Amino acid sequence: MDSSFVEFLWVLLLGSLLGLELIGKVPPTLHTPLMSGANAVSGITVLAALTAIIRSGDNPVLLILGSVSLGFALFNVIGGFLVTDRMLAMFSRKPARKENR
Amino acid sequence: MDFLKYAVELVAVLLLALGIKGLSKVRSARSANQLAAVAMGLAVLGLLINYLGTTGISAAAWTWILIGTAVGGVLGAITAQRVPMTSMPETVALFNGCGGMSSLLVALAAAFFPAQLEAVGLVAVVSIVISVFVGAITFTGSIVAMAKLQGWLSTPAWMQSKARHVVNIALAVASLVAAIKLIADGNGTQGLTLLVVASGLLGIGVTLPIGGADMPVVISLLNSYSGVAAAAAGFVVGSQLLIVAGAMVGAAGLILTQVMCNGMNRSLVSVLFGGALGAGSSSGGGGGEYTNITSCSVEECALTLEAAERVVIVPGYGLAVAQAQHTLREVTRSLEAAGIQVDYAIHPVAGRMPGHMNVLLAEADVPYEQLKEMDVINPDFPATDVVLVLGANDVVNPQAKNDPNSPLYGMPVLDVQQARTVFVVKRGMSAGYSGIKNDLFELANTSMVFGDAKKVLGDLLGELKELGVGKK
Repeated sequence: MDSSFVEFLWVLLLGSLLGLELIGKVPPTLHTPLMSGANAVSGITVLAALTAIIRSGDNPVLLILGSVSLGFALFNVIGGFLVTDRMLAMFSRKPARKENR
Repeated sequence: MDFLKYAVELVAVLLLALGIKGLSKVRSARSANQLAAVAMGLAVLGLLINYLGTTGISAAAWTWILIGTAVGGVLGAITAQRVPMTSMPETVALFNGCGGMSSLLVALAAAFFPAQLEAVGLVAVVSIVISVFVGAITFTGSIVAMAKLQGWLSTPAWMQSKARHVVNIALAVASLVAAIKLIADGNGTQGLTLLVVASGLLGIGVTLPIGGADMPVVISLLNSYSGVAAAAAGFVVGSQLLIVAGAMVGAAGLILTQVMCNGMNRSLVSVLFGGALGAGSSSGGGGGEYTNITSCSVEECALTLEAAERVVIVPGYGLAVAQAQHTLREVTRSLEAAGIQVDYAIHPVAGRMPGHMNVLLAEADVPYEQLKEMDVINPDFPATDVVLVLGANDVVNPQAKNDPNSPLYGMPVLDVQQARTVFVVKRGMSAGYSGIKNDLFELANTSMVFGDAKKVLGDLLGELKELGVGKK
């Protein structure tokens, strides 16, 4: 546990540094979609929920708890990505139409 | 098998990082979002394959996986398709809250069943505490943010007073006590219950006093929190992928929050602890009754527009509420057909969320090139004949530049008063979000057109047709 904990801390540190560097200048236009997209990524807790279900040893309470958690996480992930796509579809459509004129 | 697992995880992390990076550029944003979605799918697939190859997945587990997937996935997809573009901020808040709830539930599962989830020892307990604490704040905070934006909730009076700080500090102390008790005892239902309740209430207590104009910043911050909650959940179940992705979202969310604060010229501290803008600062130069208001009819407005060469539209939240973007587009189409140059001035925080107006106007087929950012359009106002302000208020208040006593002072605004004529379409003389009087309305070159944005624009369209504007 100890060596893997240290390993996890490294992962946490590097992940945070990566996140700080990823976004530099964002045009205001993209603030809402970016927030929405990043929000969908935070639904990565699906992995934790799946782990809880799979490792439950068929304990019913744990199965249900995991399943509810999975539901919430997937609501976040699928809803988040789709809604971001809906917003961005409106932006990307414009230049193409302009060229057609 | 281990090799495959690590390979899938590494690819997933790489794609997620590229996805978030790409989302900050207009050109690549859409494909970047899809890339991130693919990465997420890959991560799930990698996890399933890994377990299939080692411990196996029981039939009961599959059943509950499918149930959770079906309910969450279908509801998410329906919500994403149905929700109107005007309520995007609320929707992001709702999704975000559910992400926090998920982390909270996983942490509770690990606390109740430490043996199955191998969540034993100090590290596990501390991770559980963090995940529960941040997850609960994210959930209740996001739900309150959503309810406030939807208008289901308003801030109770005592929440505006200093008393709220006392309550919130008490809640924070209660959470801390519960956390220490949990860590000292190793586990315990009592401490866990106290932690869930106290941190949940803290989320409400911190979010409720924040004014509507600042809500986007709060949602962005809560988004960052949900990343932290996910990373903590990663420690609980021992998943590096979760830790990286959570940390990435947590850090990127923080940067985005900062960027948004800069756009509004507000510091994060004043957003979080200052309460609603203007609410506590009645002594400032902001208050006072309106005198000298000129109002005019739609017909006059149409006549002025007909004679103009250059028109700038300033859309605001009132336009979004009235769902008037399509009617507006028809009006601007007929103006353009008459050879009038039309631009849209987009304030960084127009609407209720940065980028909100861009989304709405894009929906109404407004060409992307006509949307001008504040710094680009501001030098053009002296050469503009007519400015049409549609449901915007604080972002066109000259007080922000002229009155050092105003609570708005220092906020970047659109200099519409420099145009020859300004029409302000507004439902009544009520104040904007900030509750501050708008000096623009009293200026000699400003005329108020009272009415709902959609109705006024509809009437305007009729008048323009009668005048034959844009008809060849």
